[in-house]
Amino acid sequence: MSILPAPILSIAGLRKSFGPTEVLRGIDLAVAPQELVFIIGPSGSGKSTLLRCCNRLEEPTAGVITLGGVDLMARSTDINAMRRKIGMVFQSFNLYPHMTALGNVTLALRKVVGKSRSDAEQLGMAALERVGLSAKAKSYPSELSGGQQQRVAIARALALEPSVMLFDEPTSALDPELVGSVLAVMRELKAAGMTMLVVSHEMRFARDAADRVIFMDHGMIVEQGRPERIFAAPQETRTKAFIAELTR
Amino acid sequence: MNAFLETFFKPNLIAQYWPDILKGIVVTIEIAFAVVVCGLLLGLLLAVLRSFRITPINALIVVFVDMFRALPPLVIVLIVYFGLPNVGISIPSFAVLWLVLTLVLAAFAEEIFWAGILSVPKGQWDAGRSTGFAYLGTLAWIVLPQAIRLTVPPITNRTVAITKNTALGMVIGVPEILSQATSAQSFSGNATPLMLGALAYVILFIPVVALGRFLETRFAWRRS
Repeated sequence: MSILPAPILSIAGLRKSFGPTEVLRGIDLAVAPQELVFIIGPSGSGKSTLLRCCNRLEEPTAGVITLGGVDLMARSTDINAMRRKIGMVFQSFNLYPHMTALGNVTLALRKVVGKSRSDAEQLGMAALERVGLSAKAKSYPSELSGGQQQRVAIARALALEPSVMLFDEPTSALDPELVGSVLAVMRELKAAGMTMLVVSHEMRFARDAADRVIFMDHGMIVEQGRPERIFAAPQETRTKAFIAELTR
Repeated sequence: MNAFLETFFKPNLIAQYWPDILKGIVVTIEIAFAVVVCGLLLGLLLAVLRSFRITPINALIVVFVDMFRALPPLVIVLIVYFGLPNVGISIPSFAVLWLVLTLVLAAFAEEIFWAGILSVPKGQWDAGRSTGFAYLGTLAWIVLPQAIRLTVPPITNRTVAITKNTALGMVIGVPEILSQATSAQSFSGNATPLMLGALAYVILFIPVVALGRFLETRFAWRRS
């Protein structure tokens, strides 16, 4: 990439403390449209907190976050409206257990966006179709496998047509044989040009789908670069140690 | 056997006092209905208010809830009915009973709803907020529907227990079932009217208990 396109999501000087503990210690990150940025690092390095700060589920202590040029930290910004443009997928799926798959996917369309039930269901079915689960529209979360639940959760975020998707360890709670179906959906999204920020330990996925890998430790970005470079030839000692541990 | 029937189920007394008991049933139903509706709504409102975690307001809620849960309802009924007139506030007996039982039910219901709200996993809030719901929207569409389902059994039990306290109306002259039954008992010198009253309570409350069980199964969803 010789000419860098203007970033769609940019983070500058991001800090976050929980009480006396500083979890993020000055993060700068610019994500280009359609870029898949993969975040790795030891547990407690602040990866999830970084992701959760991107839509202010965690309130940053300091720093600037902009999405499509809109300052997410500004008082005048309607954060609820902006969150619709930032899809989020959680480790524990967090589907609404009292609603069907379609109900999960259409709830925000109806009650936040204000679409009619039939419009919402049309969009909802399209989103379920994208994750290959239109046949499960009437199923409740408890009737679905973990992989299916996570795909419904992805559809729930997709239905709002976000410009960025955040994935917080989307496959960590899944049985190994169910991981593939979720990664397949994520590859699909990448191919369709979705901008994605992914915290995960799926190194093979990182190797062949990520545009950039970021290694975080102690609340800072230690090193970043193309996946093949980070995995094959890490520069920093801490990165080396982490990669060695992972590939052991 | 005959003596038993004479004491508890004397036919001519049944005929004579059943109309009074029936009037009592109507009064009991009116008060009970008003107490259940207002008590549960107030309890839910207080639980929602508490979820905003505004310290001074929560302190007030906790003081109110603990007081009304600790005091026997009879004590509150007597204080309000016989005490307040001394400071120039006279409330009709019907209203006293309604007010006191509503506040007691609200106090218990608040604790139960609050526990229900707390038991909904934090991830549900995250999911709601991340799809653009504001705080109240997340509460209304995602958290409360789950919290309320979880609380159907304890709420039903508590509601039945407190609604039965409409019998306290007897001590301040509300003409509900027990009032009617006890005055008929003292006129007739026979326990038959009391048995009629007991029967009336059974007829009244068994459907409520059954409704609770129905709601419990109707609103249950299988957790993964």
